[in-house]
Amino acid sequence: MIEDKDFSPDFIDRLTAGDRAAFAELVEKTSPRIYGLALRMLSNEQDAEDVLQETYLKAYKAIPDFEKRSSLTTWLYRIAANEALMMIRKKKPLQQSVELDDDNDEGEAQPEIVDWRYLPEKELASIETRRMLQEAIDRLSTALRIVFLLRDVQGLSVKETADILGVNENVVKTRLVRARLKLRDDLSGYFRERLVSEVQNG
Amino acid sequence: MDEHGHCKDYLKNFCDFIDGELPAELCEQLKAHLAECTNCTIILETLKRTINIYQSTAESERLPEDVHSRLLARLKLDDDWITKGS
Ligand SMILES: [Zn+2]
Repeated sequence: MIEDKDFSPDFIDRLTAGDRAAFAELVEKTSPRIYGLALRMLSNEQDAEDVLQETYLKAYKAIPDFEKRSSLTTWLYRIAANEALMMIRKKKPLQQSVELDDDNDEGEAQPEIVDWRYLPEKELASIETRRMLQEAIDRLSTALRIVFLLRDVQGLSVKETADILGVNENVVKTRLVRARLKLRDDLSGYFRERLVSEVQNG
Repeated sequence: MDEHGHCKDYLKNFCDFIDGELPAELCEQLKAHLAECTNCTIILETLKRTINIYQSTAESERLPEDVHSRLLARLKLDDDWITKGS
């Protein structure tokens, strides 16, 4: 997890003064998380790597403008999120324009009721299940996906997520509810079939 | 079991409930409902588990070694004097 408490005022002073070692430290500390965000957002290793590199190139250039009293975490994630969103716009311009206005509810589907509360952990570790987890993320609209990834996967607060995306907290909350429920529905559909085949196979 | 409309009203509070942000009064109402509604209990518990599953996939995150070295090269941070310190 990337948290502001990991960056001391002294570190931020060195960073903003252009200290290369401090920048290297920032990269070491944060790049696994930034890459993880990009990879889940784009579902493509090459694109995620491009976003990763662009994020730190942009960050390095922008460091002199960094407001020392603001959050370094939010600042870095904002650069990364913008890079990822730009990549998506570049790759799928049509889909993006359809998705942009995604805050209206598409029908009131009944939630899936499948009782996989007690599904053993080992069921979740399979390669097939892990692929399914990413596919469920891919099916979220861009707007829902980025909110879910920042808040629930990266572990940021609703406020931080709102700051990063430049929307208000209620928008984040609404999108988060919809993303979580959609993912739960998707997972339930998948586990329904797993549970059925388990019964059939004894 | 409650009629659908009733359960649906509770459904939209599940996330606040999970995040510990549901006002006390609504919280008590929801708990009372959960005590007698199996469907909502299943939905709530699988919702929690969905979030946990995704959180745990992120915990063990590492940057692949080749991605890491290409990043350092691109940023010109692969000189010895910089990386030796960390
Ligand atoms: Zn119910």
